[in-house]
Amino acid sequence: MAIDWQAFCLTLELAITVSAILLALGLPIAWWIAFSRWRWKFLLEAIVALPIVLPPTVLGFYVLVALGPHSPLGRWWISLTGHTLAFTFSGLVMGSILYSLPFAVQPFATSFAGVDRKLIAASATLGASPLRTFFRVIAPLSVPGLITGTALSFAHTMGEFGVVLMVGGNIPGVTRTVSIDIFDRVQTSDYATANQTALLLLAFCFAVLAVVYSINRKAWVLGPIK
Amino acid sequence: MKRIATDMKAFDCILLAACITLCATWSGAQEKKTSAGVGVAAAADLSTALKEIGDSYKKKTGVRVKLSFGASGALTQQIQNGAPFDLFFSADMDYLRQLVAAGEANGRSLYQYAVGKLVLWVPADSPLDVVRQGMNVLLDASVNKIAIANPQHAPYGRAAVAALKHAGVYDQLANRLVLGENVAQAAQFVESGNAQAGFVALAHAVAPGMRGKGKYWEVPADAYPLLAQGVVVLSQSQHKKEAGRFLEYIKTKESAELFRTYGFTLPSQ
Repeated sequence: MAIDWQAFCLTLELAITVSAILLALGLPIAWWIAFSRWRWKFLLEAIVALPIVLPPTVLGFYVLVALGPHSPLGRWWISLTGHTLAFTFSGLVMGSILYSLPFAVQPFATSFAGVDRKLIAASATLGASPLRTFFRVIAPLSVPGLITGTALSFAHTMGEFGVVLMVGGNIPGVTRTVSIDIFDRVQTSDYATANQTALLLLAFCFAVLAVVYSINRKAWVLGPIK
Repeated sequence: MKRIATDMKAFDCILLAACITLCATWSGAQEKKTSAGVGVAAAADLSTALKEIGDSYKKKTGVRVKLSFGASGALTQQIQNGAPFDLFFSADMDYLRQLVAAGEANGRSLYQYAVGKLVLWVPADSPLDVVRQGMNVLLDASVNKIAIANPQHAPYGRAAVAALKHAGVYDQLANRLVLGENVAQAAQFVESGNAQAGFVALAHAVAPGMRGKGKYWEVPADAYPLLAQGVVVLSQSQHKKEAGRFLEYIKTKESAELFRTYGFTLPSQ
């Protein structure tokens, strides 16, 4: 049996969509974490870090039941889009955004916090608004962190399994990702195809990460770039 | 200097704590390996029936029955790769015969304990009149998703596909199917309302978790291959005597009654 290219392309599409959205979504959150001096900031940091420690089955459970058609939020979503969150590509995207959020936000925030404060102050005294300072000073100096965060959220989404297993419904071309495909093959003793698909995924992810880290030589350490 | 000494003391404490934790975990794991009890791998439709049978067996004999549920195909795979179970309750005897032929199971212990029944289930608040119209309700436009178990490795999934083909509606409805890992997950998809209808085991429809929450229609037996459900003792079992005794308990009238209460038909009928 041949490798399921549809599953591979679907997984690629999911990973690219999620890392692009996380780049947009993660920047404001990371900026707030890096520069806010609110005394309860640690609570938000804990919430952002939750998906790292919680098993993906918790997320899957909430999407299925707490955001399902019997819940007010679920009913609102259905009235908006005409279908449930589960069993759809958009449902997977939303689940993956939550699941990979800390992998994007934490490297972003760390690199923002590592930017020399004197430069930010200088920019402010020269009359730049906070937004202009962000785009002209902070972001360009944090490129290693931005690349790391985006690469990590991409790779993390490529490998996602638990959430997809719980809420995907295994629909070919819609929610049958490569990790589910490998699982299915193993379940039906098709070890040859499972092996081929697994090696392909392994090689691809390794190549992507190797390219990213080669461009970004200092970025394998998630600490501030000195 | 004082700072370095304190750091070293702190480090030594952490190292000691880690060693103690490691030893405790290792000895705890050793203990689990030799604990008594019968390890049972069982098809997902048996989740309520076997739990009760296991509880009553424990009351009678004091022996613990450790249950692991999953799709029969998936469990067969695990067993062939050395999973440490003593007994395997499959929703399809073909998997058991496969294991016996490969020498992984004891052919003489093979016993058919029940026949499984497939039903079409919809939530209680569904406008579909499944009780009277049966599978025709699936053609309704409001049915977006139909949940079945994955036919590649779950007997109830294969039965659902066969039933749909028998009714001549498979091609029409194939793109509305969502596949659960096993029939229990398929039941969960439809019970949570994410799928509008689902093909599940009768055992699920009458189980405490789903009873009264929906309406169902029993698919006629000639529409799908017989779900002959059997049990076998596994060759690599470390507790063959206890496994044999539990198997004897399964053959009693008491267990047969429990199976019947939970939606299984006895083979003689």
